[in-house]
Amino acid sequence: MFEGIMRGLSEAIKGMRGKGKITEANIQEGLRQVRTALLEADVNFNVVNEFIERVKGQALGQQVMRSLDPSEQIIKIIYEELVRLMKGEVEKPEPLFHFAKDRPTVLMLCGLQGSGKTTTCAKLAMLLRDRHGKKPLLVAADLQRPAAVEQLKTLGEQLGIPVYAEGPAQPGGKGPNPVSVCNNAAAHARSAGYDVIILDTAGRLHIAEMPMEELKQIDRQVRPDDVFFVCDAMTGQDAVNSAKAFDDALDLNGVILTKLDGDARGGAALSIKQVTNVAIKFMGVGEKLSALEEFVPERMAQRIMGQGDVWSIIEKVQRVQQELSAEEIEAQRKKLEKGDFNLDDFRKQFTQMAKMGGMKDMLGSMPGMGDLIPEGEDPDVAIKRIQGIIDGMTKEERKNPDVIDLSRRRRIAQGSGTEPHNIKQFLNQFAQVRVIMRQIANMSMMDRLKMLMGMGKSGMIGPGGSLPKAKIGTGHRKTAKERADERKKKRKRDK
Amino acid sequence: MVFGALFSKIKQGLAKTRSLFSSIAQLFSFKGRVDQKFLDELEKRLYLADVGTYATQEIVARVKQAYLDKEVSGEMVAFVKDQLKSMLTAPSQGIAFAPSGPTVILVAGVNGAGKTTSIAKLAKYCQGQGKTVCVAACDTFRAAAVEQLTIWSQRLGCEIVKNQQGSDPASVAHDACEKTKARNFDVLIVDTAGRLHTQTHLMKELDKIRRIVIKQIPGAPHEVLLVLDATAGQNAILQAENFKKTIACTGIILAKLDGTAKGGAIFGIKQKLDLPVKFVGLGEGLDDLEVFNPTEYVEKLFED
Repeated sequence: MFEGIMRGLSEAIKGMRGKGKITEANIQEGLRQVRTALLEADVNFNVVNEFIERVKGQALGQQVMRSLDPSEQIIKIIYEELVRLMKGEVEKPEPLFHFAKDRPTVLMLCGLQGSGKTTTCAKLAMLLRDRHGKKPLLVAADLQRPAAVEQLKTLGEQLGIPVYAEGPAQPGGKGPNPVSVCNNAAAHARSAGYDVIILDTAGRLHIAEMPMEELKQIDRQVRPDDVFFVCDAMTGQDAVNSAKAFDDALDLNGVILTKLDGDARGGAALSIKQVTNVAIKFMGVGEKLSALEEFVPERMAQRIMGQGDVWSIIEKVQRVQQELSAEEIEAQRKKLEKGDFNLDDFRKQFTQMAKMGGMKDMLGSMPGMGDLIPEGEDPDVAIKRIQGIIDGMTKEERKNPDVIDLSRRRRIAQGSGTEPHNIKQFLNQFAQVRVIMRQIANMSMMDRLKMLMGMGKSGMIGPGGSLPKAKIGTGHRKTAKERADERKKKRKRDK
Repeated sequence: MVFGALFSKIKQGLAKTRSLFSSIAQLFSFKGRVDQKFLDELEKRLYLADVGTYATQEIVARVKQAYLDKEVSGEMVAFVKDQLKSMLTAPSQGIAFAPSGPTVILVAGVNGAGKTTSIAKLAKYCQGQGKTVCVAACDTFRAAAVEQLTIWSQRLGCEIVKNQQGSDPASVAHDACEKTKARNFDVLIVDTAGRLHTQTHLMKELDKIRRIVIKQIPGAPHEVLLVLDATAGQNAILQAENFKKTIACTGIILAKLDGTAKGGAIFGIKQKLDLPVKFVGLGEGLDDLEVFNPTEYVEKLFED
């Protein structure tokens, strides 16, 4: 996702590197490329132009700090502006949900046809149950699309979450209508003890008068506590038009961006907040019903700019670790601190993460780990392969991967149906993971933040940049000559 | 077919939405010389219609070259329209029916593009040409997708071949081919599950369905249609690229053109992939499918 912005930005930045001072002339070409990259990513034309102007204005007005390269300063400006664009200028963020106090909370989802409302309803219900401890009820209020009610019922069954439905509409206006279904569902929820109801409304065009009027009626009568606009991340320039029209009609509380697991650059994410001032609250990142994540502007900005998204990894790891007992966590932490995070631990965590779903985007967002799953391969297959490789090792090899030589690699390859070079590749990748794990374990919250910022720079300057290399003790103090050699090598590498 | 009625439908679809493009018309009613400000404005209008960097830059450059410092004139409007048209595909001939035996149409696209609805409309279109139609419900993944197509087939009075949710879509395709041959249907339309073009394993599954069809019926699939959402932006080009690579698409159905989106990505798709637009979807009704005509498309964009 967002490769386009990434590539455009990093190319632009390359051109700015090494310039002593920020002048209009030397950032002009870079900003032109940033502009094209953002347009290609479907960011709204007007939003792009404003964005470029702001970046330019800030860059030119900025004091050049002696210790910083101007390009580094611009990176920081672009990052801050991206965050500002998606976050708006608010002191404290809106809560995710406005839970009602004296009655069941009502959430209403609306949007164009095919944006992913029904699936998102089910995902939200699951999230509310599993992470907010709620007792949700799904409401099938899409009587327009054939079998939409059936679809929600099936999803509800899969999750074990009840669905309120009154059957499809009858021709001639007889039978249930969406407004009465929603009203009845709210009454039912109150008497049956549900605390959240989620209304799945039919997809509709923002310019279609009657259907929009129907939504307004539901809004007036059922009084939803939150109205979410569901928007396909692949939407082009029109995203702001539809979002604005729905906001005008219903006063939206949030936007849910869907289908972000593809290669949509998601320019809509940048535009909608700017134009409607409605915050993006969640993003859909897969077909699994657990694939709904909270939208964090900083994280998205970092992702746009092209470095691994360590923050979300930390959060996910934390979530997985809730399943582990406290002692196990303590034991793991100690192990991590000592730096002897071995393949056994890796396999354990890996399997746990796989259980959580979203493995691929997690790996993808972890510096240096995206390679574990080759481009386009079924993540499940790749995960199985990696598990196979680890399973093919002896206890000793798992504890101490350094002992794995060519003949051992051959054996493991044969046992796991892979090639010896796959094993080598995997071990190299594992070595990187181990370094990261050790770093994270030893870090305070502040340091983790700092690392993120540091990575921002490495990601921007070298596309596909990785974590700053951790210093690993060599066991002896280096001589001046060794240090000079190292510097030389480093310079060569950086070129 | 009555072409007047056809076009008026496109016009209706675009009528609700012309506000944006009508400002292109406004732009041309501007009196004065073509200067940088004028060109910037033209660029903006094209970008806002999702026309994309390539086509936009191309048109702006051509206008600049031919008309810079000249008066804005009717001749120039015609010039811009011609340039736009030349960047689109030739008028669509609709479905290329097999000269003998059944015609197989495979339909694919990303999630929520509008495949199932487009298939229902396409079936109606084929019925209108006097053909008997069978549909294959190969979207066995999404909850209730089979039910959705079943309801449409009942409304259309056409045959449907289906299996339970979660069953192998290739086997449904196989059964559908058998049935089509055995009962001499003229047209078989194969619905498939929505998939993102980046999901290689699902793209392989799609290819498998295609290979089954090839094996079962000579010359099939006669059409492989990709359904694109007109509201999609430049990502539509990537979609078209990957789907074309995997299943050799023969054309595009541009769905949801009745909104405010213009589907300008088709310019980029034509330029990069030379994939023609065959139909446009203009509403939720069974009759809201039209054969694509580039002249009409461009004309209506400019009409005030």
